[in-house]
Amino acid sequence: MSTSPDSRRRIVLVDDHAMFRTGVRTEIGAAVDIVGEAGDVDQAVKVILETKPEVVLLDVHLPGGGGAEVARRVLATEPDVRFLALSVSDAPEDVIGVIRAGARGYVTKTITGEEIVDGVRRIADGDAVFSPRLAGFVLDAFAGAVDPGSIDEELDRLTQREREVLRLIARGYAYKEVAKELFISVKTVETHVSSVLRKLQLSNRYELTRWATDRRLV
Amino acid sequence: MAGVPDAPPRCVRRTDGKVMGGVAGGLADHLGLLPIHVRLGFIGLAMMGGFGLLLYAALWVVLPQDTAVRTGEQPAGVEAATRQGKRTEGPRRHRVQDAGQLVSIAVLAIGVIALFPHLGGVSTKVFWPLLVGGGGLALLWRQADESQRVRWTSSAPTKLRWLWPLFMTGGWVTVLRTGVGLLLVVVALTWGVSSAAGMDAVNAGLPVLLGAVIGLVLIAGPWMWRMVGDLSEERRERIRSQERADMAAHLHDSVLQTLALIQKQAHDQRAVVRLARSQERDLRQWLYGDQEDADATLRSELRRAAAEVEDNHGVPVEVVMVGDAPLDPALTAVVRAAGEAMVNAAKHSGAPRIDVYAEVEDDRVEVYVRDRGVGFDPDRVGEDRLGVRRSIYERMERHGGRAQVRSGPGEGTEVRLVVDDRDVHGPSPGEGRARGRVRT
Repeated sequence: MSTSPDSRRRIVLVDDHAMFRTGVRTEIGAAVDIVGEAGDVDQAVKVILETKPEVVLLDVHLPGGGGAEVARRVLATEPDVRFLALSVSDAPEDVIGVIRAGARGYVTKTITGEEIVDGVRRIADGDAVFSPRLAGFVLDAFAGAVDPGSIDEELDRLTQREREVLRLIARGYAYKEVAKELFISVKTVETHVSSVLRKLQLSNRYELTRWATDRRLV
Repeated sequence: MAGVPDAPPRCVRRTDGKVMGGVAGGLADHLGLLPIHVRLGFIGLAMMGGFGLLLYAALWVVLPQDTAVRTGEQPAGVEAATRQGKRTEGPRRHRVQDAGQLVSIAVLAIGVIALFPHLGGVSTKVFWPLLVGGGGLALLWRQADESQRVRWTSSAPTKLRWLWPLFMTGGWVTVLRTGVGLLLVVVALTWGVSSAAGMDAVNAGLPVLLGAVIGLVLIAGPWMWRMVGDLSEERRERIRSQERADMAAHLHDSVLQTLALIQKQAHDQRAVVRLARSQERDLRQWLYGDQEDADATLRSELRRAAAEVEDNHGVPVEVVMVGDAPLDPALTAVVRAAGEAMVNAAKHSGAPRIDVYAEVEDDRVEVYVRDRGVGFDPDRVGEDRLGVRRSIYERMERHGGRAQVRSGPGEGTEVRLVVDDRDVHGPSPGEGRARGRVRT
């Protein structure tokens, strides 16, 4: 990280509701440096590429293709920009979609300002932010019946440990509490969470396909 | 969606990832095969006296395009976001460029030309007009085919409705294409007739006449066919607009009324939060919820229990579910015990939020109710406190499950409810859902 831990994070707000942007700005404007705002996909990509923020707070539903599109297009040229998805949508496929496009975490819009700031900080530091809801979605997505014939699929499967970590997060535990519960360090929890995220982003295999098929998405 | 009759899975032509008409791709999707296999199959059949070509052409005419069949099957909010282009589209099939289509059509044409002289009995005088006419028809037909993507019944002037598919996609290219197509057909007919005049009337005149009739059928047939399709599409559209009216009514009955209530009770913060929260829950369920949630399953019942606690005690309850199962007596007990745990947390913990996590595995159901409130020392709870013992521990034990309470002063409380050894050979959650429906 080029910035010292106590410096204000530079962030860009992407949401198509100006009212919501104003609200977020009021709540977290004192703790972070909001360097830009955008209301649709094209504008967002432009603003992000111009301002090069550390973290983008990204709405999932956006005119012009959705948050996933923004993440994909920015990450193609600027792989260092980090995204925190912020959504009112309860549709798991929207959330999983934006995570798979490269977002490092997901929080719901009822979250408090403090929690957003905390999430931004964690993401800027290279960590992933899993809300209980996201952990639930991910467990649900990976909870398919085991495909006995295929060894290769095992590569994308969550390990027992990763499942335990996700389960505790889904139960509402903070990382620190997860670490205490499993007798591991917070650093290890973060490693597990990051690797779940990576699997989710890379995983194009059996479970996600099946999960999507079950929901008539593909 | 309610109201729209559930269409059985239908074979459609692809509009993207197609090489020619999208027939092979669509068939492959429908039959669960790889498109390349279907295409090879068609080629193989084509070797047998051209049967594959005929079959392909027939399917091209008969099968609707996928855009015409795609209907809203998603929750209202998700569908709205999709309609407004606010969602990223799912993994799209690679779109083959038009060049690919042109090449394949050209190859097909060359093949036909090369093949024809070898078929005995057809004189070149008939062959060339036929070819020109065929080209014209192909142009006309492709034009109509492409314009089918746009729903035209709504915007077409009623008088010209029949001609609309030819011109509506707009631009001079369309008009040009249609004009050239028509011209080619006319030229072919005149050419055929004039060359027939010098020849044996029966030998030449008959094929040309036959060609003209077939041509007319080919031009009018697809239109007739599609008119029928568009009519049912129009009906579906009407049902959809009724649904939109339902949504407006719903917004009026719920959101607007609640907002009015909130304005009146603005001084009472608790009431405002409670109202807003219950409204949020209601709308979420309506916009993004599973349709199946209406049935009595663990998921729906836990949500209902959580909603009750939210409404009665003003504490938000966040429910996260993994998997689902139909309610049986044991799960009903789990739901009741979880409800009791939520009520306790809301009443005594002072926590701002309660987390509920439920996971259904093949042979085990676990539910966790957690708060980050004041907590208590479980060992020092008096014997007179019957709530936890009767409603949680004993209820779970009666149904072959168990409960654990973890708590400590200042650490919050977590109640774990488990039912093991459920009927492992019972129906899977999917089938179980149906069973649950029958029972309730």
